[in-house]
Order: sequence, then structure tokens, then C-alpha cells
Amino acid sequence: MNWFIKFLSSSIGRKLIMSLTGLFLILFLTVHLIGNLQLFKDDGGQAFNVYAHFMTSNPLIKFIAYGNYFFILLHAFMGIYIASYNRKAKGQQPAVTNPNVRITWASKNMPILGGLILAFLLMHMGDFWLKMKLGNVNMVSYAGIEGEVKNLYERVAISFKELWVVIVYLVGLVALAFHLNHGFQSAFQTLGINHRKYTPLIKKLGLLYSLIVPIGFALMPIYYYFFR
Amino acid sequence: MDMNLKLKIWRQTNNKSEGHFEMYDVVANEHMSFLEMLDVLNEDLVNQRKQPVAFEHDCREGICGTCSLTINGQPHGPNAGTTACQLHMRFFKDGETITIEPFRAGAFPVVKDLVVDRSALDRVVQAGGFISVNAGQAQDGNAIPIEKERASQSFESAACIGCGACVAACPNGSAMLFTSAKVRHLGLLPQGEVEEEQRVQNMVAQMDKEGFGMCSNIGACEAECPKEIQLYNIAYMNRAYFKAVFSGEE
Repeated sequence: MNWFIKFLSSSIGRKLIMSLTGLFLILFLTVHLIGNLQLFKDDGGQAFNVYAHFMTSNPLIKFIAYGNYFFILLHAFMGIYIASYNRKAKGQQPAVTNPNVRITWASKNMPILGGLILAFLLMHMGDFWLKMKLGNVNMVSYAGIEGEVKNLYERVAISFKELWVVIVYLVGLVALAFHLNHGFQSAFQTLGINHRKYTPLIKKLGLLYSLIVPIGFALMPIYYYFFR
Repeated sequence: MDMNLKLKIWRQTNNKSEGHFEMYDVVANEHMSFLEMLDVLNEDLVNQRKQPVAFEHDCREGICGTCSLTINGQPHGPNAGTTACQLHMRFFKDGETITIEPFRAGAFPVVKDLVVDRSALDRVVQAGGFISVNAGQAQDGNAIPIEKERASQSFESAACIGCGACVAACPNGSAMLFTSAKVRHLGLLPQGEVEEEQRVQNMVAQMDKEGFGMCSNIGACEAECPKEIQLYNIAYMNRAYFKAVFSGEE
């Protein structure tokens, strides 16, 4: 067997795939959040729509976006594979749940949290990405910008006026917060980065990240539902 | 002080049969170890001409790694850094019901009652957890000067008694903590360092072959290890594995 394939099919190789794709998705979420902060701008959606147009038309960003879709799927399918493999490897579960407080709930339930996030993602992509790709959004033109751009802002404003959409977003983001809280530091541990100099910092950063990013995203549907 | 305890114990005739829990009453003393309490129960059972509960034990001083009980959901019971044989009954309450199960993992098939087959761990060690050259007698260990800090770090990992509590604690049934402790213990010493590339690859391959699960950094192993082997052992093994695979000489 080719050495690289052999490595990727080992337990550590599979975990490395989870770690690297996870870190890429963490990077993606950061960019996604910063870009979407433009939804809070009170300009009728101009800044957001122009940004969305740039993000969907720039060839380099398009290339990264397809990589992103691939990494999401790879992370999800590898995660499902590992979870089902581990279930079999555990065999019979103990009759009493281990009460040790050092075992966090999130770390034990990463597959369930991941599944919730995947379900949320399907809904999220269907609502915005698919509708935009299929051309189900109105066009709008702005002074100083050549041609028309898709009015994704309008689509966001309509969606976030529905209570059930807001609730689905909040549930998805709570799952994301727990998933990130374990995932962030776990990605570094898998890479072999566990050191008394860095690990306490990585854990603190992970906690901060897992709070800031989901709260930042959660503010968007809340703001649109109540204040727009 | 005497204690009246109710024990809910896993009984299973052999690997082929289905197991089930049975309830027992036992009068123990707070100064007894957990295993001595089970001895009292077994004496009662033998006197009643019933099958005693099979459980593994050897040194009873917390060093051999033979005892393998899951007590109220925790391998080796509720106390941190303690084997079941060193767990005393004073940590339980009078009248308490204690659930006792074997170490649970797919790679540890039940032999009888609370006894499991942990030979998968032996095969992981046989795959590379050794030094191929003759390292001599005990005094020859001092022939190569080793810095104290380094020796202590290696010793931390060498403290692993191979009991398998990490595997039993892991919701994934993973043996990463055990395997990584062996890899780090030998890899940090000059006698073991030279073979690290082959060692880590062979041991990981054998670990996977035995059907142990994949680590997801939950940390249950570290929390339950009676010798308090830490998660950074796993990070060490991952680094050694990446190094061996990507830049190894072979």
C-alpha cells in the first residue's frame, strides 16, 4: 500500500484529517463572521450586497469556497465514520454513566453536536446559498457600482423575520458553541501541540472563540427579528 | 465500623453467554480494601455453595495493573490516582448500593464475570514496546548518564501499569493513552530513542488492528488513570508518528 494512503487510513491519520479540516473551518467561520458584520450597517444593505457579489464572483474566493464545501463534507463524513467505528470499538456501554467531572459533556457528544450543525447547515445553505444560485433573489443596482448585484440582504431580512428561522439559528449556534469549545483545543492536541507553555493559552483562546463567534452570529437574526 | 452494602455485580459465565446483573448483600469493614470486601462476599458465596464472583487481582498494592473493576461507572472506582485494590471501603457510605462491572471495551472480551481478556495490550507492546539490543543488567542502566529532568519525564510515562483503565474509561474504547505512554517512556531515553520510528509505527498499526477506537481527546483516560498518565503522552505519540511517517529513514 502507498505510504500516504496507509497513513491516512491509520487512526492517527484519520484524526489528523479531522484536525486540519476543523482548523480550516475555524478560519472560515472567522472570515464569515467578519464579513457578515456588514449586516449591522444601516445602509439598506449596500455594503453587504456588494461584499456578497465580490465573494461569489472573485475567482480566487470561488476556488477557496469550493475547497470549503469539500472540507465541510470531508469533516462531516470522516466524523460520521469515526463515530460509528468508535461505537463498535466500545462494544457494550457501562450500565452506570461515569460521573467524573473532568469529562466534559461536549467532548463526549461531538458526533451529536456535529449532526445538529450539519442539519442546520443544510437549512442555512438552502435558505440563502441555493436561492441565490438558482436566481431566486431580486437584483439591485447601486450608484458607482457597475451592473446589478443580487439583493441577498433582502433575502436575509425576510428570513430573519420568521420566528422559527430565528429559533433554528439559535439552536444551531448553541450546538456550534459546544462543538467549537471542545474542537478548538482538540485540533491542536491531535496535531501534537500539547505543551505547558501553549496549552493553557490554546484552551483559553478556544473558550473565547467558542463564545465570540456563535454570539456574533446569533446577534444577526436577533437584531433583524426585533429591531428591523 | 461495619458497613452493610448492596452490590449489583455483573455475572457472565463465559465469552459466549449473555451477562446480567445480580444483587448481593455484604457486611464489610471500612478498613477493608475493595478487593477484600469482594473476598468477604466470595467466602459467603462459597459457604452457601454458590459460584464465587470471578475478579482479577495479584499484587494488591497498586503496582501490577491486574485489578480491572468498573465501580459505579468509573474504572478503579471514585478516587483519582488509585487502583481498585488500593481503594478502601471508607470512601463508600453505609447502606450504599455499589454497581460493579468489568472493564468495558470491544477489544476486552469478558472471560468470566468481572474478568476481561486484556491480551490486546500485550500484543501492542510486542509490536514495538521494547529495546532490541541487550541493555544489560540494572547497574548498566547507569552506564549512560541521563539528565535528571529527562529521566523523570520518561519515568512519568513508565509509571503506566498497563491495567487498561484508560481503554475502559474511553467512550471510544481507544488505547491511545496506554500506547503513547509506552512510546514516550522508551522514546525519551537514549537506549530507546534509536528505534522510535519503527516502534511508533508498529505499535500504532497493532493498536488499530486490535480494534481499539480512535481518540477524540475527551480526556476520560487521563481522568481515570490510576497512575495519572497525562494526555500530552498522546500528543507526543502523534508527533513521533508524523515524524516517522513523513521524514523517517524507512
